[in-house]
Amino acid sequence: MTDTTDIKFSDESMALINNLIKRYPEGKHKSALLPVLHIAQAEFDGWLSVPVMDKVADILNIQPIEVYEVASFYSMYNLKPVGKCLIEVCRTSSCWLRGANDIVAHIEKRLGIKDGETTADGKFTLKTVECLGSCGTAPMLQIGEQFYENLTLEKVDELINNPQLVAKHSTYLDHTTFRKN
Amino acid sequence: MGRKVLLEHINEAGIQGYDVYRSKGGYASVEKALKTMAPDAIVEEVKKSGLRGRGGAGFPTGMKWSFLAKPEGVPRYLVCNADESEPGTFKDRYLMEHIPHLLIEGMITSSFALGANTSYIYIRGEYFYLVRILEKAIAEAYANGWLGKNILGTDYSLDLYVHPGAGAYICGEETALIESLEGKRGNPRIKPPFPAIAGLYGCPTVVNNVETIAAVVPVVNMGGDEYAKIGLGRSAGTKLISASGHIKKPGVYEIEMGITVEEFIYSDEYCGGILNDKKLKAVVAGGSSVPVLPADLILKTANGEPRLMTYESLADGGFATGTMLGSGGFIVMDESTSIVQNLHTFARFYHHESCGQCSPCREGTGWMEKILHKILDGHGTLEDIDLLWDIQRKIEGNTICPLGDAAAWPVASAIRHFRSEFEDFVKNPTAHREVKYYFHCNNLDTAASYSSL
Amino acid sequence: MQLENDMAKVTIDGIQIEVPDGTTILNAARMIGPDVAPPTMCYYSKLKTSGGYCRTCLVEVTKGSEKDPRPMPKLVASCRTTVMDGMEVSNNTSAKVKDARAGVVEFLLLNHPLDCPVCDQAGECHLQDLGYEHGNYKTRTDFERRTFDKIDIGDKVQLHMTRCILCYRCVKTAEQITDGRVHGVINRGDHAEISTYVAQAIDNDFSGNVIDVCPVGALTDKTFRFKSRVWFTKPVDAHRSCDTCSGKVVLWYQGEEVLRVTGRKDEWGEVEEFICNTCRFDKKKTSDWTIEGPRKINRHSVIAANHYTNLVKPKEFKLNEIKQITE
Ligand SMILES: Cc1cc2nc3c(=O)[nH]c(=O)nc-3n(C[C@H](O)[C@H](O)[C@H](O)COP(=O)(O)O)c2cc1C
Ligand code: SF4
Ligand code: SF4
Ligand code: FES
Ligand code: FES
Repeated sequence: MTDTTDIKFSDESMALINNLIKRYPEGKHKSALLPVLHIAQAEFDGWLSVPVMDKVADILNIQPIEVYEVASFYSMYNLKPVGKCLIEVCRTSSCWLRGANDIVAHIEKRLGIKDGETTADGKFTLKTVECLGSCGTAPMLQIGEQFYENLTLEKVDELINNPQLVAKHSTYLDHTTFRKN
Repeated sequence: MGRKVLLEHINEAGIQGYDVYRSKGGYASVEKALKTMAPDAIVEEVKKSGLRGRGGAGFPTGMKWSFLAKPEGVPRYLVCNADESEPGTFKDRYLMEHIPHLLIEGMITSSFALGANTSYIYIRGEYFYLVRILEKAIAEAYANGWLGKNILGTDYSLDLYVHPGAGAYICGEETALIESLEGKRGNPRIKPPFPAIAGLYGCPTVVNNVETIAAVVPVVNMGGDEYAKIGLGRSAGTKLISASGHIKKPGVYEIEMGITVEEFIYSDEYCGGILNDKKLKAVVAGGSSVPVLPADLILKTANGEPRLMTYESLADGGFATGTMLGSGGFIVMDESTSIVQNLHTFARFYHHESCGQCSPCREGTGWMEKILHKILDGHGTLEDIDLLWDIQRKIEGNTICPLGDAAAWPVASAIRHFRSEFEDFVKNPTAHREVKYYFHCNNLDTAASYSSL
Repeated sequence: MQLENDMAKVTIDGIQIEVPDGTTILNAARMIGPDVAPPTMCYYSKLKTSGGYCRTCLVEVTKGSEKDPRPMPKLVASCRTTVMDGMEVSNNTSAKVKDARAGVVEFLLLNHPLDCPVCDQAGECHLQDLGYEHGNYKTRTDFERRTFDKIDIGDKVQLHMTRCILCYRCVKTAEQITDGRVHGVINRGDHAEISTYVAQAIDNDFSGNVIDVCPVGALTDKTFRFKSRVWFTKPVDAHRSCDTCSGKVVLWYQGEEVLRVTGRKDEWGEVEEFICNTCRFDKKKTSDWTIEGPRKINRHSVIAANHYTNLVKPKEFKLNEIKQITE
């Protein structure tokens, strides 16, 4: 187990985690692992380092390997650092039929990076993904919680030029997502 | 206009919120169920309604419910499958976004019928903005006494929670979903035991799709017999169809089962015809997993009868000339579409999504993608087409879960119906790769040419 | 006396046997004998919930049961399917099974390095046997194979992931017979790998057993001192009194020297009893042990045949022959 003394969740996140654990029956706290990893990713720069995962194992009282196994299975967890703005472009059938490859190519050209890479200034990461359930509004991309749909190259340019998107790490959820049970 | 029972009030301003939903008769099914019906009577109504699972397999819901084991002193669970990741499918998202209380209401009525006191909605992680919406709706339901202890003064109590996934199509498979809900990798379980006997935390569990659970609301409200009159024969009720691809009006449509495929594609009430009035080439009628059919076979069965939007008619002819209703993900391809390239996106998808537990799917999906990639790169041979056929054949039926089949069927059907196109591609790859595809982003006047692979 | 309804009659490749309810098709077939038992790569009778992954043990159920005689629509994994009274099963007699099994072998070998000449496991590798008995000879792929670097997990065990077939046995071993599992399966699909994720030793009393359960040469004994092919070594049964385990082992000699110590494997290639790390790694002198005598190797494997090329394919049953046997 790595040294996790530097890993501290905010009070709000810890409160949320404790709240989430209560959603599952006594002794089934491992169930909270997926949402807790999302919270961890939101709190620590959009990715999961080994110490962060070890901290999660500690909080949920499970073996670190159980966390690694899960974190490496699901595509939304990043096991390497990512840019502030993580652009996820769908390229499956319906999006492909409507020009997703053009969108990917355009972003690659604009940012000077390839699929899976991060810009040198650490602002953008481009990741192609599989169907995100926006096939009727294809082509589309997702940044954090937000879906951007019916894309055109112009819309993509607007997005890339929007300084707000790189102001902080794009994350999927925070403590406001869940109600208090 | 076909009958609507799920999306009847969808255009009502404010239907997303509790007050408007309630004023339109929302939560009536909970009142009726808890105050006037025994749990088993509800299961009986669902049986009579002929409602079939809307998640893809079309298994009769009432029958599934009646399999649920009820050992003394062991909790039972209802888990809603909101993982919706089958390419071409976005109906559950639409329903949860625009009328979330319908799902909450269905969850309460169904949980009561099954005797579950804790229920979960497992939603795909990418739908995080919907987690917010659902959490809000659930909070409203608690605040108004529809959830929590002693609902409506009865001795029935229910807690309902949303559980987000984290990006894995396989978690739509019900036992993988259960594993994931337990905080593990989404590896499908080896059956038996089935979830009805040992599911979540080893307890009896029912997993149902969002749309199935929502449909329990009209079933209970109008009674099973009335519901069974909607639709056609064994395809009772309405179905949400997610329409995408080269059509004028992509979107989610609630159809009464039994309309013709032709009406669905061409009428203004639904898809509005093919984009730019091009010719129809092929359709994937029920989400990426079901066999693709060429235009003539999707519009008419092999016997020349009009093909209908029902479980039976779409399956008419078996896999030789038919397909499946599946999840209702209706992907339309116009004459300019390369079937080979489209298939490559599917093959890549299944390769990406295989959980890796069993060898035919783990190794076979990657192999098929590589071969298709090789063909697209212009290095394919005629033998590669036969090899693809042989690989899919050796995956199908030999895996732990149906993802293996789902990966095999698109390949099999594309080769079965479009073999000559594969052969052409292999013989003359440059010509095929240089075809320009035009896309027209919904109602925006920007068309971009597309040629890159 | 067994009550009648506690037993089920099942027919496998035309041979009938009566087994207790709840027995799997595989175990029923094993009771009949090695010629009808389907090959296994992931099932391990000593590990709970093992099996189901590799799909080499697929069989055809031509009759479901006396009550419901319909055949099963798909081939089933015999290691995870229990028998029903009156069930009829085809294994070697089914063309479908042969075809599917050849497919499974091809899938398992697709990314396998085929480096048998330099692999420690050569000679006692189940994949080697399987490929020989059930595979096709020509490979149909020219894509690059997946490769990984060899890594040491502690000073006793080496992991060569490239050879792994993801049978999950070592994971279940760690989970069920050691305390505190530190290795597992990470990543997904064909990127999945056995790993500790962060460099870590698998180190506790029973961790060495992962070597014995591994059907291929992915987990090997780093203390196996002199590189030697197994068929040049002489297996001898021996025991010692041990506080942690049964102390019943096999010593593998070359000349006077104990090259390695393993558990005793039965005719299915499974250890009879798990042994502790002290017996396995630290007791390599003849004086540490009471020698019982030469180990009998029953399996039709390379060790028994002594030369891989001498291996004969197992005889296939023709239906008419089987009838005679049973009559
Ligand atoms: C690979 C795979 C993915 C699936 N994905 C979904 C899904 O996203 N949503 C869903 O409702 N059912 C999905 N299913 C079907 C479920 O396993 C299950 O049959 C369904 O949730 C049952 O609900 P229903 O009877 O209401 O349809 C999937 C099945 C497989 C094999
Ligand atoms: S068929 Fe594929 S997804 Fe299903 S269990 Fe096997 S490897 Fe996993
Ligand atoms: S390392 Fe060996 S025992 Fe472990 S999963 Fe791989 S093949 Fe099986
Ligand atoms: S195919 Fe892109 S969102 Fe469905
Ligand atoms: S031994 Fe039965 S599936 Fe592997």
